[in-house]
Amino acid sequence: MDWKKLIKIALGIAIWFTLYHYLQPLTDLFINNILGLQQGRHWTETLRFLIFEVPKVLMLLILIIFFVGIIRSYFTPEKTRKALEGKSLFTGNVMAALLGIVTPFCSCSAIPLFLGFVEAGVPLGVTFSFLIAAPMINEVAVILLFGLFGWKVAAIYILTGLVIAIVSGWVIGWLKLEKYVEEWVYQLKSENEEDREERLSFGQRIDMGYVAVKEIVGKVWAYIVIGIAVGAAAHGYVPEKFMAQLMGQSTWYSVPLSILIGVPLYSNAAGIIPIVSVLIEKGVPLGTALAFMMAVIGLSLPEMIILKKVLKLPLILAFVGIVALGIMIVGFLFNFIF
Amino acid sequence: MDIKILGSGCAKCKTLEKLTREVVEENGIDATITKVEDIMEIMKSGVMATPALVVDGKVLIKGRVPSADEIKQVLTK
Repeated sequence: MDWKKLIKIALGIAIWFTLYHYLQPLTDLFINNILGLQQGRHWTETLRFLIFEVPKVLMLLILIIFFVGIIRSYFTPEKTRKALEGKSLFTGNVMAALLGIVTPFCSCSAIPLFLGFVEAGVPLGVTFSFLIAAPMINEVAVILLFGLFGWKVAAIYILTGLVIAIVSGWVIGWLKLEKYVEEWVYQLKSENEEDREERLSFGQRIDMGYVAVKEIVGKVWAYIVIGIAVGAAAHGYVPEKFMAQLMGQSTWYSVPLSILIGVPLYSNAAGIIPIVSVLIEKGVPLGTALAFMMAVIGLSLPEMIILKKVLKLPLILAFVGIVALGIMIVGFLFNFIF
Repeated sequence: MDIKILGSGCAKCKTLEKLTREVVEENGIDATITKVEDIMEIMKSGVMATPALVVDGKVLIKGRVPSADEIKQVLTK
């Protein structure tokens, strides 16, 4: 056991909770006493919002990504593949979507992963459930939703994302689209048959948590600061109900429209959240905003282009069409409920 | 020693290549380093998550970027 590392983590967590707990009073102290700004003024409150929200969201990100990084070290693509081999269609889809959340994934390794799954005999529909869930339900998106809109919105996002991944994969499997996978994929045989599982010590897993924090937070912090700033600025300056008229509840086409806009747009989860926060702030219904977000991060043009190497066009179109349809139904459903 | 870095050109793969080159140079390890970007070649070694570090035909690290220390340990073992 790596005692030094464990003590460091325990200390870090204690500091984290203390800071997080006192964030509001510390912000107030800074704004009211140190800067001496007048309470209640519009831009004082904008600044207060900014100085409170930015550290709050960044702290949440650091803590959760650290633990997700450690948890993910226990889930390798190899283990996931083994778990999915020979699973019946529906059970396989459910498992694939769930594993898609925890298995480390980046769109640059979508192809080797796809090939590895197909080679091991994981059904096409099950493979797609994984490929849909993995990018859509990612920790950054969930933490940001949690930090800015509360746990209910975050939970809704995870649940609906799972349902879309499961059902879309199931439909793709049911349609029997295997003939639209490039032929050479099925001829592929890896020479390295033995599955050598890397054995990691707990210390190494902790290091992976640190690496994940450095990598992800290093990449997204600027988006978050800009995003929250834009959100804070829009709070009072964009005419109220302006967006609402554009994408509002009364217009039935707002959901499909937001998906049509969202698919060709490509952004990571951190980049899209500020836009979503402005949309919701300005009266766009939750369903429309979530549909937009899912379309942007779940369906991306670069990933389609990468997948074109192994899939023929009809399958890619079916994939985009089915997932977009799923997102649309979810969007309508939420606009209807809330 | 024959070192291969498998990866289709994403940021992580480049980091691994750079790190490996540094470690090899600093420690005067006698090795040839090749970057493998062809997806068929990558699949042949049974790797599902890039980047991967392959030494003399053996996959030693896959799906993550290790620290320079770890690369050194793996290469000098």
